[in-house]
Amino acid sequence: MQTTLSINGTEHRLDLDTRVTLLDALRDHLGLCGSKKGCDHGQCGACTVLVGGRRINACLTLAVMHDGDEITTVEGLAEGADGGLSPLQRAFITHDGFQCGYCTPGQLCSATGMLGELAEGWPSHASADLDGNYELSQEELSERMSGNICRCSCYPGINAAIRDAAGAEGRK
Amino acid sequence: MRPFDYVRATDAAGASNAAQAANAAFIAGGTNLLDLMKLEVMAPEKLVDISRMGLDQVEEQGRDLRIGATVTNSDLAADLRVRARWPVLSRALLAGASGQLRNKATTGGNLLQRTRCPYFYDTDTPCNKRQPGEGCSALGGETRNHAILGTSAECIALHPSDMAVALRALDARVEVRVPDGAVTEHELGDFHRQPGDRPDRETVLNQGDLITSVLLPAPAGDRQVYRKVRDRASYAFALVSVAAVLRVEEGRIAHAAIGFGGLGTVPWRDPSVDELLTGERPTTALFDKAADLLLQGAETHGGDDFKPPLARRVLRAVLEEATA
Ligand SMILES: Cc1cc2nc3c(=O)[nH]c(=O)nc-3n(C[C@H](O)[C@H](O)[C@H](O)COP(=O)(O)OP(=O)(O)OC[C@H]3O[C@@H](n4cnc5c(N)ncnc54)[C@H](O)[C@@H]3O)c2cc1C
Ligand code: SF4
Ligand code: FES
Ligand code: FES
Repeated sequence: MQTTLSINGTEHRLDLDTRVTLLDALRDHLGLCGSKKGCDHGQCGACTVLVGGRRINACLTLAVMHDGDEITTVEGLAEGADGGLSPLQRAFITHDGFQCGYCTPGQLCSATGMLGELAEGWPSHASADLDGNYELSQEELSERMSGNICRCSCYPGINAAIRDAAGAEGRK
Repeated sequence: MRPFDYVRATDAAGASNAAQAANAAFIAGGTNLLDLMKLEVMAPEKLVDISRMGLDQVEEQGRDLRIGATVTNSDLAADLRVRARWPVLSRALLAGASGQLRNKATTGGNLLQRTRCPYFYDTDTPCNKRQPGEGCSALGGETRNHAILGTSAECIALHPSDMAVALRALDARVEVRVPDGAVTEHELGDFHRQPGDRPDRETVLNQGDLITSVLLPAPAGDRQVYRKVRDRASYAFALVSVAAVLRVEEGRIAHAAIGFGGLGTVPWRDPSVDELLTGERPTTALFDKAADLLLQGAETHGGDDFKPPLARRVLRAVLEEATA
């Protein structure tokens, strides 16, 4: 089936079997292997990408359902004005936010989406009230990032990196 | 995954027409259906994509709220009207799944998500829900995540939704468009079917019936609490959850509607529990009596023996919080 995906600003026309997930389209058909396959069942977050700015699990959606959508993968996060790494990516290096690195692309895309949700005032399960003013406390951060599992358990570094990039360093 | 045709519907009539074929299914967020299709637990030959039909709006109707079937769990939880007047719904949604999944999961799809019974997922084991008449592997097997209310000799599968538990306490209704174009409304309490001898029939829907919206009446109580107990702090299904919608007047409970998750084969609510509480002054003795009533017909299976005492404690804690 003919499908057009706009990935990191570039349009790709693909002829795909309807069964191809967005994750497999990225990895196997477009050679964008940054997005990772951990569980293939929505349980780990390694495949997280942004669609229209929102984070989703690319393993649990069909590529043909995204005809015309704007998709950002980890490869696109680095394409800032200077072509360098995004502040979040740099913070992951500074704070040692990974060991094997397999979960990292998903962590980066998820954190990017999560910070957008926070800026929009979305509440979380950890929020004391639903008023829309949330600081990135450790409880909020752990809850909002719970969809990304790190097998190497690099959570201290991941948390520090995200809070640094969010400008929340030092807050409790 | 088995091969399937894919069509994208642009309106409700087109969607129902396309889905009338015997083995067609709607797909909304896809987070449950694709999971099951990968395992070939479900194998529709045709998918009708309803995600771009404009059913993604939340609209006020007088004091009520109409939630389109494809409104995502994230958007619904963050909706300012829901947060202000139906906070128990925001809380239940936020307690479910992960940020990524909630961005895809839809209102209709959440109601229709299938059980997480491990034998239902494992096509190498008998399961009456997958294949009626085959037998139930959970009976005599691993039963930590099974139902203790509304079960039958054929199936003890739990309904896993958090959202639906809050919707039951809020007296939500489900609007359905049938293929001939007629639109019907079901009380959520009449929408899901207990397993009986047909565990494969989970709702009142027939082939091609499309959920178009969920209707939320103005809340009957301002004291709303959702509490979910699970094996880890986040990103896990409920062992037990309780949604309470209460109104307290002059020290007495003037309205009580309590929904339960982790306990029933369908999102659970027991009118006798609500009746017992209504008109009474909140006391621990009263809350214990409510738990007695809730659990009098409960049947446990070994792995879920912890559920009655846990349900009792969670119910008491929620009622204490809601009447404080
Ligand atoms: C790892 C993981 C953890 C999860 N944790 C939780 C949790 O803690 N709590 C919780 O409540 N849920 C949880 N979920 C389940 C999640 O909430 C559901 O997968 C989701 O709500 C389903 O919505 P969907 O739009 O993706 O449905 P889909 O997968 O698109 O559809 C599900 C079913 O509904 C049918 N359908 C969808 N929309 C309509 C409609 N409008 N009319 C008629 N039929 C329709 C489809 O044909 C299909 O049979 C979890 C899921 C995963 C993968
Ligand atoms: S409890 Fe229901 S879903 Fe689970 S194995 Fe038995 S019949 Fe199947
Ligand atoms: S690979 Fe998608 S969530 Fe694990
Ligand atoms: S760094 Fe190895 S899985 Fe996270």
